[in-house]
Parts: sequence; C-alpha cells; structure tokens
Amino acid sequence: MSLLKSNKKIVSNTKNNIVTYAILLGFFAFAFIWAQTGEMPRKIQNLLVPLCVYSILAVSLNLVVGVLGDLSLGHAGFMCIGAYTGAVFTNIFETVIPNDFIRFGLALVIGGIFAAIFGFIICIPVLRLKGDYLAIVTLAFGEIIKNILNIVYLGVDSEGLKMSIDGTSYNDMLLDDGQTIIKGAMGITGTSRDANFIIAFVLLFVTVMASLNLINSRTGRAVMAIRDNSIAAQTIGINISKYKLIVFTIASFFAGIAGVLFSHNMNSFSASGFDYNTSILILVYVVLGGIGSIRGSVVAAIILYALPELLREVGEYRMLFYAILLIVMMIVNNNEKINDMKKSFMLKFKKNKTVSEGGKN
Amino acid sequence: MKNFKKVLAVVMAVALIVTCFAACGGNDKPDTDATLKIGVTGPLTGDYAQYGLAVKYGAELAAAEINAAGGINGMQIEILAEDDVAAPEGAQNGYNALIDDGMKLSLGSVTSGACAAFLGEAKKDNMFMLTASATAVEAIDGDNAFRVCFSDPAQGTVSADYIADNKLASKVAVIYDSSDAYSTGIFEKFDAQAKVKGLNVVAKESFTKNTKTDFSAQIQAVKTSGAELLFLPIYYSEASLILSQAKTAGLDVIFFGCDGLDGILGMDNFDKTLAEGVMLLTPFTPTATDERTQNFVKNFTAKYDKAYLNQFGADAYDAIYIIKAAMEKANVTADMDASAMCDALKVAMTQITFTGVTGTDITWGADGEPVKKPIAVKIVNGEYIVM
Repeated sequence: MSLLKSNKKIVSNTKNNIVTYAILLGFFAFAFIWAQTGEMPRKIQNLLVPLCVYSILAVSLNLVVGVLGDLSLGHAGFMCIGAYTGAVFTNIFETVIPNDFIRFGLALVIGGIFAAIFGFIICIPVLRLKGDYLAIVTLAFGEIIKNILNIVYLGVDSEGLKMSIDGTSYNDMLLDDGQTIIKGAMGITGTSRDANFIIAFVLLFVTVMASLNLINSRTGRAVMAIRDNSIAAQTIGINISKYKLIVFTIASFFAGIAGVLFSHNMNSFSASGFDYNTSILILVYVVLGGIGSIRGSVVAAIILYALPELLREVGEYRMLFYAILLIVMMIVNNNEKINDMKKSFMLKFKKNKTVSEGGKN
Repeated sequence: MKNFKKVLAVVMAVALIVTCFAACGGNDKPDTDATLKIGVTGPLTGDYAQYGLAVKYGAELAAAEINAAGGINGMQIEILAEDDVAAPEGAQNGYNALIDDGMKLSLGSVTSGACAAFLGEAKKDNMFMLTASATAVEAIDGDNAFRVCFSDPAQGTVSADYIADNKLASKVAVIYDSSDAYSTGIFEKFDAQAKVKGLNVVAKESFTKNTKTDFSAQIQAVKTSGAELLFLPIYYSEASLILSQAKTAGLDVIFFGCDGLDGILGMDNFDKTLAEGVMLLTPFTPTATDERTQNFVKNFTAKYDKAYLNQFGADAYDAIYIIKAAMEKANVTADMDASAMCDALKVAMTQITFTGVTGTDITWGADGEPVKKPIAVKIVNGEYIVM
C-alpha cells in the first residue's frame, strides 16, 4: 500500500516536472521563433537575456527560501561576486583565449565557483541563526560584498595584476601600459558581450533541472524535512548543518552564474546595482511565484521583470502602475476564493482527462 | 466591501491586459513622419530625478525653439526621453525602447554609469551620441560618442590648478562620495594634480550612498586637520547637508565645488546664507549677462520650474543646438538612416566651433571631449557671481 502511494507520488512529481520543462521550452520556442521572424521589437529582444538571468536568480533563491525555509536577503551579493569574477576573468583572458565560447564558458564556471565559495563561507556563521536573525545577517553580508567591491581598483599591466582600495595610490601603481579592469565606483566597463539568449536559456534550463532533481532527491527530502520540522529532522539523524551548507552553496553557485550572464550582457555595470533592493526584487519574484514552486519563480520573474519595461508607455507613472499591479497580483494570488476557483477548475480539467483516459483511478 | 474588492480586481486585471496590448501596439507604428527623433535616457524618477528632468526640459526647450524657427535642414525635431533611474540596466532597456520608437540621434544618458551602458548599445548600431552630462571617461569611449560637459579627470585637474594658481589655500581637505563614479573620478585626479601643484591634501574623507545624511564625523576630521579649504566634488543635495552641518560644527573654511554643486541655490527649503562664499567651477551661470544665457534663462523659467535651471539643463539645451550645427555642417537630410547620420556627424563634430550657454568657441577632438574654458563662480548674496 505504502509502496503504491510513494509510486504515485513519484509519478505525480514527474508529471509536475514535465509541465515545468514544457513551460520553459514553450517560452523558449515562442521567443526564438518570434526573434527569427525579425518582427520582435528591440525592447523585447533586449529583455531576453535579463529575463533568463532573473529567472535563474529566482529559482536559486527559491532553493533557500522555499525548499530550505530560510529567508535570505543577500542574494544580490552572490550575483555581484559572480558578475565581478566572471567579468574580470574575461577581461584578463580576452587576448589569451580568443574563442568567445570557451572563454565565456570558463567565466561562467569561475563566477559560479567563486560565488559558491562565498556562499559556503557566509553560511557558516548563518548556520547558528534562525528566522529574522538569519535574514538580517544575509542582508548584511550582501551589503558588505557590495560596499567592498565598490571601492576596489584592479588592473593588469606588464608586471601582473595590481589591486588597491585607494584610487590615487592605484593610479600611481599602475604602469603606463596597464589596463584598468575594476575602476572603483564606476565598476567594470567594456566587458566582451558574450551572453546571448540561447546560452542564457540553456543555463536557465540546467538550473531548473538541477533544482528539481535536487528537490526530488534524498538530499532534497532531507532538506524539506528540516524546513517542516527541524527538531523532528534532527531526531531522525539528519545533519542539519550539512544540508543547509549544501543548499546555500548550490543556490549561490547559480546566483553567481546569473551574475556572469548579467555582466556579459552589458557594457557597464557597477557594484552599487547589487544592493538590497535587488535582493528584495528577487525575493518578490519568489514570493509571487509561490514559495517552493520552481516554475512559479520562473513565471513570476518573467512577468515582473518585463512589466516595468512594457509599462514604459505610461511614462512617469510607470513605477506607480508597477507597484499597484504588484499589490493586486499579490492579493489576487493569495485570495482564497480565487484559489478555490482555480482548484475546482483544475479538478474538472483532471476529471475530464481521467475519464477520457478510461477512468483508471 | 466585497463587491468593491471584486470590482477593483477586475479593473486592475483589465488595466494590466490593456497596458500589455498598448505596449505591443506601440511598436507596430510605421515610422513615416519626417520628424527627426532625438532620444535620451535619464533618471526621470528616483534619487537623481532633478538631473534627468533638467536634461529633458533643456532639450525640449531647444527643440521647441528650433522647430519654431523652421527645424534643422527642414526637419522638425522631437525629443524622446526614457527613464533609466540612473542605472546601467535601465539605460540599456531605455535605449532599445527608444529604437522601437524611431530614435535616429541620441543624447546618450544623463549619468556616467548609465551612459556607458547606453554607449555599449549605441556602438553596436553606430548611433550618434552626444551626452549632455555624463562625465566619466568610459561614458564616451567610442568614435560615435561626444559630450558637452567636462570629463571627471578634466574637472579634478582644473580644480586643483585653480586653487593652486589663485593661491586660495595650501592645506586642502576633501569630502567625496566613494560609491559614486562622478565623485571618485574627480577626486582621484584632483588628488594627483594637487600633489603636482604642491597643495597639501590634509584630509580625505568619504561617504557612501547609504550614509549621506550625517556628515559630522567627516566634518570633525576636516576641522581637526586644520584645512583652509574644503573641496566637495559631489552633488548639491549632499553638499547642502554638509554646509549646514559644517555651520553647526563651527567649521570655518572656504568651500569649493565642481559642476555638481550647481543648482544648490534652486533647492527647496535651502537656507541660501549657508552657501554664502561657496566657490564652484561650472560651465553655466544663470546670472551671466550675455544675451544667449539671458534668453535661455528667461525662456526656461517661463516654461519650467526654476529648480531645474542648472548646468544639466543648460548642457542639454546646448547639446541640441550643437547637433543642429553639426547637422547643418554635414548637410544631414531626412532620408539618411541613423548609421549614415552618425558617420556624417562624427566628422562634422570635429569641424564645428560652437558658442552656447555653457561656453564660447567650444571645439571637439576625435575623442569626443570638448575644449572649453571652465568658469569659476562664487555665491554672493544668494546669486552666482562670475569670478
């Protein structure tokens, strides 16, 4: 009996996952074909990579917030680390590795690994905390990362790498043949723009796949047990620290990858853009999409990122409209009646389907 | 109450759908009209909105004047402004929205970081760009890009030279915003040039975007350092706080700033006596007596709020007239596409000599930097007086 039940659960999980993949592929096919026809407005073309970037961020944050159940407010910090390390790598090796594809691939891996390392380090003190305290600590770490990178100067000349946190002494240090890569508050300018929609989508797909597989694995079940009742989980011998570390590290890895994509999609970016507002924005995607729902995160990220751009038509009132729509969406999404309606609709849909399949229930 | 909620939800849902469709519909408009569309992105909302709006207004004023006088080479012009909240991402998105709206020439973006991102896109399309106010070196790093204002390094160097050459002080302190590209850019070059000129920089105090309300620690450090002059390469909103807190702390030094301080007298609820004696280098002073400036000030204040009358607006006003001069020189016509216009204009830009409200006999090098003299002004009796 119990075996049957668990089998059923696996089947429904698989079904659920297939729906998620189908939504993703549908989104890709739609965007790709639209772009191929040449009819896609520039505004939308330009949004394709950022949509993938923010979707990856939302999915990876959902691992921490939805699956592990810890509120993290420093996700933009990991993105920042990925963006910086990836862009620095690309700038240094621009001439050494002329192949864009290989270089960008390496940049992605390096950016992801660096972010993961920081995620791991930051998780160690975070492990001791719970709830609000944990949220504040992650917020503080995100701000530390941003503020440090904001004053860093890094350049490369014939003697090697030069780095300083003081612009004046940095300018004295750098030889005339030097090339500045990170320029304090100005950030990094002129990174080769290697990101494109196909690469970005593949990365999003990999992120979603990895997240879904993680959730449906032994590790994922242990993590969710911690989320649901950490004391109970502990009593059956689940190593809480280990699983928290795993989830934090994986989430920061993907945030780092999103950062690399982000930095290779723009001519200029600076650390001040990765502030807590960005972290909150990603959290909003996660919350609106449904905490714990991977496909919800992707859909919410796409809608909420594209919305202010589509609202450019209303001019100065853009952000006002955006805020109102956000409030409405949050209320509607959490309205019991509407949810009941949705459920009964889905139930009807399912019933019809099972009847047509021969009613094997 | 329940019904109200339902109605509200339905109305909002409809609003959402309508705006989505409205956005889609906008892109299908065929670009048949002969107006020349000049695009600009800037912070029209948010922390730096006063700069973005000033640029927008300045450009619109110039466009209205030019249109009334018959346009450029027979073309009427229209200014398209998009909001970028001073962020690189916003500028990139704004640029592409402007392309959809039929932009053919651009004024880049208002702030440095955003302008560098704007430039990245503009370079790909070979779109002409003349930024009014982005000061960072990187903001015009391309042969299609020019600017009206001074660059950060130029302002830092000129400020140090001015202080040393006029023997304003020998011991100098600086308070700058370490999270801002404009401020750090000026500070670095100022610091380097001060060394060359034998100025003694006795205190280098910084703050960040998040700590820009309480300056008592920095002011105390300046006070104890014994500086005779405090250099403020920052924007006026922070400078106004520093001035008022310095007065409370009893700090008695000469205050010296760059073009970011311009506009301080137009601030709401600002006690103008605090700014008494403040010196700044700026390309534009509303009290200048020449006819051009007087006309600009008169027309601008007739149309817009006086608070936006600062060098950002003046730079943008000049930028449109510079584009006009270059287009007339290159004989750009309406049938050319954006790339062809850019090719013609980037040659013409290096050939013209322009006199406007932000300088006389301005010329441009191929690097896009303007060659013009800075003007030092001092605030006396609540007015900018040219020194």
